[in-house]
Amino acid sequence: MPGALVVENISKRFATSAGALAALEGVSLAVPQGRFVSIIGPSGCGKSTLFGVVGGLVPDYEGRVLIDGAPVHGTHDDIGMVFQEESTFPWLTVLENIMFPLDARGMARNECRERAERLVHLVGLDGFGNSYPAELSGGMRQRTAIARTLAAEPKILLMDEPFAALDEQTRLLLGDKLLQIWRELAQTTLLITHSITEAVQLSDEVVVMTYRPGRIKRVIPIDLPRPRSSEIVESAAFGRLVGTIWHDLREEALRGLAQTEPQGVSH
Amino acid sequence: MTAERHGRAVAAGLVGLAAVAALLEFVIRAGLVSPLIVAPPSSLPQAFALLAREGYLVAPFLITMAQAFAATALAAAVGVPLGFILWRRPLLGRAYEPWLGAAFAAPLILLYPLFLVIFGRGYATTVVVGALAAFIPIVLQTRAGLLGVPPVLINVGRSFHLSEPRLLWKIIFPAAAPAIFTGLRLALIYALVNIIGIEFLIDFGGLGRVVSQMYFQYQIPAMYAAIVLIVIVSLVFLSLLQRLETWWRPR
Ligand SMILES: Nc1ncnc2c1ncn2[C@@H]1O[C@H](COP(=O)(O)OP(=O)(O)OP(=O)(O)O)[C@@H](O)[C@H]1O
Ligand SMILES: [Mg+2]
Repeated sequence: MPGALVVENISKRFATSAGALAALEGVSLAVPQGRFVSIIGPSGCGKSTLFGVVGGLVPDYEGRVLIDGAPVHGTHDDIGMVFQEESTFPWLTVLENIMFPLDARGMARNECRERAERLVHLVGLDGFGNSYPAELSGGMRQRTAIARTLAAEPKILLMDEPFAALDEQTRLLLGDKLLQIWRELAQTTLLITHSITEAVQLSDEVVVMTYRPGRIKRVIPIDLPRPRSSEIVESAAFGRLVGTIWHDLREEALRGLAQTEPQGVSH
Repeated sequence: MTAERHGRAVAAGLVGLAAVAALLEFVIRAGLVSPLIVAPPSSLPQAFALLAREGYLVAPFLITMAQAFAATALAAAVGVPLGFILWRRPLLGRAYEPWLGAAFAAPLILLYPLFLVIFGRGYATTVVVGALAAFIPIVLQTRAGLLGVPPVLINVGRSFHLSEPRLLWKIIFPAAAPAIFTGLRLALIYALVNIIGIEFLIDFGGLGRVVSQMYFQYQIPAMYAAIVLIVIVSLVFLSLLQRLETWWRPR
């Protein structure tokens, strides 16, 4: 199953009431087939913008997005997206949510159901297939959204801070779940996060972004052994990697803070 | 479990209603309010019997029901697409929303002579006035509901490569459904109030006419009985709408 993702020299500007805002500037990165890469950066650095550009939801950018060497425009069947915001359909049950993309493709109803039931099991929601999102916890809703995206069998999985709204423990445990799914399905994965531990726990490579305009500051290979579990956070190697990333991220986060705090604005 | 909770809510409502009826009965019997102004609740069974004897029970009930249904359906058929257009074309939406909102307050019913001239003294007049009163809340609520659809849900649909009609039908309208149904509920009530009003004023049609006849014949309990029937019409419709909504969008 191919599915190599290349992002080439992406720049994106937004027209705002305060003039043009450079959200991304010359961002290039590559996620080889079957690899897990995380992007980390301070709030407002353009991570969601990059996610939207790669997924084909944000128009009018410079640069190219390539899948297996071919440039793509707009949304693409090979790409599955999991969004930062709450995105389950509240009027559908967990099972119906997961069946949604299959239904939309016109897949036979019982085949849809079968595949959706397998995914319910894969994301650990057994017994909740007939529950509505309002009856679930935030983490369960996010797992439903992930299962829904996986149902379409994308070759490349893009996730924008899927666990941002969850507490640290849940996040670590869902990270384990995610790794288990990734091992099983072997998708090329690009995860956007602002949690250093999450990035180190999961990835082959962590890409650190600068504060506005979003550029790539550094790419840090994570050479921790696989298969990993969340217990890896205890290891010294894990701690060193977290330290290295924080060193880079700290500068950018401070810059972001200085620009958004009123007293920090000095022109 | 939910059925049980529903049953308990209905029971609680009926207890409250009985309490109000008892209070009224007491106030009237104690001579605080004249029975010539407010009929004591205990006189209602007899009043219903009177209405039934004179053939004023079933036919007017059905007539008013049919008119309210026709007016609301007509208003929905025009109002939902119009609300959709005001959402799709934001400029139009911003231009017309305030006007519609203001027109909502217009006492449309006072223009009934105009409609009599145009449509004649018949069901066309009652249904059109009812529909006119009903379509504004549908337009406003449809637009508000569509505006309130979280952009992320639309993005989910786009990421799944949904065609535009499917996006509308599978995501945008279901997401906006609660607001649209609120519009339909309001519409039904506005339609009913206006239809009853016209029936009363032009002495034509269903329950409004019964109210006016009983009033002029000084059959005060029967007049209140007819008003109770009107409330029952609206109860029936609102519960039908509720069913339609849960069928179409369970949550
Ligand atoms: N549609 C838009 N119009 C104008 N400006 C936008 C738009 N979308 C994003 N921006 C701006 O671009 C910058 C980057 O936003 P983006 O949402 O990509 O940040 P982010 O890194 O995902 O932040 P967070 O971690 O808080 O989610 C921000 O300054 C934001 O205000
Ligand atoms: Mg974001």
